[in-house]
Amino acid sequence: MNTTAIDSAASVPPEFLCREEAPPRNGTLLGFWIYLMSDCFIFASLFACNAVLGSNYAGGPTAAEVFDLPGLALNTALLLVSSVTFGFAMLEMARQNKRAMLGWLAVAGLLAAAFVGLEIHEFLGMIAEGAGPGRSAFLSSFFTLVATHGLHVTLGILWLIVLMVQTTKFGLNEANVRRLQCLSMFWHFLDLVWVGVFSYVYLIGVLR
Amino acid sequence: MSHPSASGEAAHGDGAMHEHHGSLRGYLTGFMLAAILTIIPFWLVMGHVIADTWLTIFIVLVLAVVQIFVHIRYFLHLDARSEGGWNLMALIFTAVLVIIVLGASIWVMYNENANMMPMSPQYRHHVQGK
Amino acid sequence: MLEALPHRAAIWNFLFGRLTLDSMPFLKPDLEGRIVLVTFIIVAIGGLAILGAITKARKWGYLWKEWFTSVDHKKLGIMYMILATVMLLRGFADAVMMRSQQAVAFGPHMGYLPPEHYDQIFSAHGAIMIFFVAMTYIVGIMNYVMPLQIGSRDVAFPFLNNLSFWFTFWGAMLFMLSLFLGDFSMAGWLGYPPVSELQQGSGVDYYIWGLQLSGLGTLLTGINFAVTILKLRAPGMTLMKMPVFSWTTLCTSGLIIATFPVLTATLFMLALDRYVGTHFFTTGGGGNVMMYINLIWIWGHPEVYILILPLFGVFSEIVPTFSGKPLFGYSSMVYATVAIMILSYLVWLHHFFTMGSGADVNSFFSLTTMMISIPTGVKIFNWLFTMYRGRIRFTVPMLWTLGFLFTFTIGGMTGVMLSVAPADFLLHNSLFLVAHFHNVIIGGVVFGSFAAVNYWFPKAFGFKLDEFWGKASFWFWQIGFWVAFGPLYILGLMGVTRRLSHFEDPSLQIWFIIAAFGAFLIALGILSFLIQIYVSIVRRKAYAVGHDPWDGRTLEWSTSSPPPDYNFAFIPLVRERDAWTDMKAHGFRRPLDGFNPIHMPKNTATGVVIGVLAFACCFGLIWYIWWLAAASLAGVIAVAIAHTFNYHHDHHIPADEVREFEHAGNWQPETRGVNA
Repeated sequence: MNTTAIDSAASVPPEFLCREEAPPRNGTLLGFWIYLMSDCFIFASLFACNAVLGSNYAGGPTAAEVFDLPGLALNTALLLVSSVTFGFAMLEMARQNKRAMLGWLAVAGLLAAAFVGLEIHEFLGMIAEGAGPGRSAFLSSFFTLVATHGLHVTLGILWLIVLMVQTTKFGLNEANVRRLQCLSMFWHFLDLVWVGVFSYVYLIGVLR
Repeated sequence: MSHPSASGEAAHGDGAMHEHHGSLRGYLTGFMLAAILTIIPFWLVMGHVIADTWLTIFIVLVLAVVQIFVHIRYFLHLDARSEGGWNLMALIFTAVLVIIVLGASIWVMYNENANMMPMSPQYRHHVQGK
Repeated sequence: MLEALPHRAAIWNFLFGRLTLDSMPFLKPDLEGRIVLVTFIIVAIGGLAILGAITKARKWGYLWKEWFTSVDHKKLGIMYMILATVMLLRGFADAVMMRSQQAVAFGPHMGYLPPEHYDQIFSAHGAIMIFFVAMTYIVGIMNYVMPLQIGSRDVAFPFLNNLSFWFTFWGAMLFMLSLFLGDFSMAGWLGYPPVSELQQGSGVDYYIWGLQLSGLGTLLTGINFAVTILKLRAPGMTLMKMPVFSWTTLCTSGLIIATFPVLTATLFMLALDRYVGTHFFTTGGGGNVMMYINLIWIWGHPEVYILILPLFGVFSEIVPTFSGKPLFGYSSMVYATVAIMILSYLVWLHHFFTMGSGADVNSFFSLTTMMISIPTGVKIFNWLFTMYRGRIRFTVPMLWTLGFLFTFTIGGMTGVMLSVAPADFLLHNSLFLVAHFHNVIIGGVVFGSFAAVNYWFPKAFGFKLDEFWGKASFWFWQIGFWVAFGPLYILGLMGVTRRLSHFEDPSLQIWFIIAAFGAFLIALGILSFLIQIYVSIVRRKAYAVGHDPWDGRTLEWSTSSPPPDYNFAFIPLVRERDAWTDMKAHGFRRPLDGFNPIHMPKNTATGVVIGVLAFACCFGLIWYIWWLAAASLAGVIAVAIAHTFNYHHDHHIPADEVREFEHAGNWQPETRGVNA
């Protein structure tokens, strides 16, 4: 290495610097993805608690007694359709079709709001029956996990409203497109977590 | 638009995700698959189709995993190229560690219950060997 | 009048929750009250003196504009270092109280600390030292050095970086506040239930919300650093040409991303048990105390590698620099780091071998624990081989490094002893364990942080730190450590358990007196460090150095000391591993014209505002002041949304300004290039 170093130093010194300013690079999409990955660990901890505590009924109601599977099926359908309609919004965004995009976003948001509404209704019904989060470890872990997901969806809806205002006001500029892409990831991610929730917490919960 | 970078992953630049909005066809395929993969476990559990509970649990779990892959592929549009492969790398890293958290927690807590909690259902299960 | 009383109580209750005059321990007439009162008076006078001095010097505007609202990774790094040093003094004060109590509390003498106060002290000591000293030091070092090392102008998300700092700061302030308002957790540094669920009052809630706030800051930092390294490396710097310190920063960030959410979730569930009566970790209602211990160690064990990995990186920079050679076995160093990152997620159960998992589970985790010492050993040998036949300069950073090699290796050995599950059944919860983890944390994290401070201080401020006081600090720490913790190893082998405020057996007392003397020596080490900083600031003219005082090897030494806001006038093009050594070897000359305007983020007050609101929210939660918690949480969300309505958080530094700095900055004369 030393000999080559001297050789090339004697001739033309190599270029060590970028003489032109490159445009700034944006890491938001990667960063948001990594945030979602970290969120997986919050859910993993809650799922682990549900796995360990999920059959500790402490003499209280069992999963089979409190879960309303038809209601769950409706909720699952709402969230899945919401996920797809958000995808349609992203297709319209790619076509620079702002009005259609806002329309689909509104549909996705309303479906998600219906999901949250049904979930709250389910929770209130359970609490009224005496199956609240303080009844047993099973119910603690159930309420916490499902409510954490619901809280994510609620924050997603709030974010959706903010972004709809911002795109209406400022148009589909670079920052707004990026934010919509992040929200899209968030939206689909929550649907993905819901697959785990309905399969493991509800369906398998009823069986065990 | 990015630095004239030799560091490999920069070749796609920030636009990596821009090209992956998916297509109408992709979303509809994903929706159909997800719907089917949701209906089957609901049917299995609500209709008591299989007598063996553990087999049902196993099938439900497998279908959930398949559906998660469907979501990742058709809705999140993840492939080996997005963000120079770092998205996929982060996902694999996360998946491995999440499996460790879930699997080892269940394993550890099962053993602790079995050894330390004589009244626990797991213990009775252990003793009766059913 | 009689009817009005309950009404007034209800209003008081609404306004102040459970915060009453009784919550102020310094108003109590007992000994504890008097200790707290004296501390409070000292802190109040000291605090007022500092605030007064700032006001008198009219520095508030400067602090606000240049520091508090700054998004510059260098300034945030320095603020982290200051916070960590202040918290080190607090955590060490706790240590001194424990050591002095244990040295005198034998037989009929109960010492001066009642058990409930002693319990708070060891809980606060542990939590502060890990979260607000060790974590804060490493985040500070990574913040300052990593972007410079990879040839970047800032981190990927400069605003988030500022926000992270304020979350950490206010988390620390919650811990400090617990001194004077209410009490602190008595449940140890990890807040094990059932103690943490049964303790009434605000103590555990301070612990929970202080950690939630700072944990959120740490998580954001981890994401920020990972994206910075993955996206913002200088052109040509492939991952395998990246300096080892940046590699360890990447791996530490990966671990932060994968573990801090587990801590958040676990503390959240503990909070739910305390606040709304759920049954996660209760003994009744189907809860499972062991699940808390399982989950908290899933975070807790990777956490110790989060702490040590960046310091491994620091040593990997210092050893080659002062040996005048490239690092021996760069690739094996990188692979060892990655191996540690993955393996650290597979060993957590060794913290509770004794809790009844059975032979198969214990054997598995015992084996993985032994395995993780292999990559660590690889690193030790790499450093030794780098020094072998090198021309070693025994500067202060190098001294700390050598002290680390000696002390940390012994600490690692006792760790391998503890990893043998049957041996752990004897040593668990003994002072042997206490000696072991202080051996690796002081020998690794603390020595490493001081090495890093001595090494990069000239880069940050343009003058070196005083050698004499640096060496004094090193020797006091090094000898003090062994005098303080050697006796604990012996006591632990004799079966003395940790966390006791009083002993019966008088034959043990001599060991505790020796340990207390060791703590005194460490106090002299900390004092020497503070004197070192003070003396160096006073003599800064005499100690002034150029941009490359150590003949460094990585890119941070290629820019001025201190670096300009924009770090590099031109982004470097990297060709070799030790990029700056490569540049020097090829006759690099610094250009003095041809500058471009540089695009930089603007400062913002949003981080400060969100930090204060988050603090208010946590304070409301701790004292059950629900209106305050709800209002400030709504405030956080509103400010965050308002922040996103501002699309212009960038500005350009004009080329003329860059040119001015590049001519006036602090450089060594020999690299001054020629015009054109």
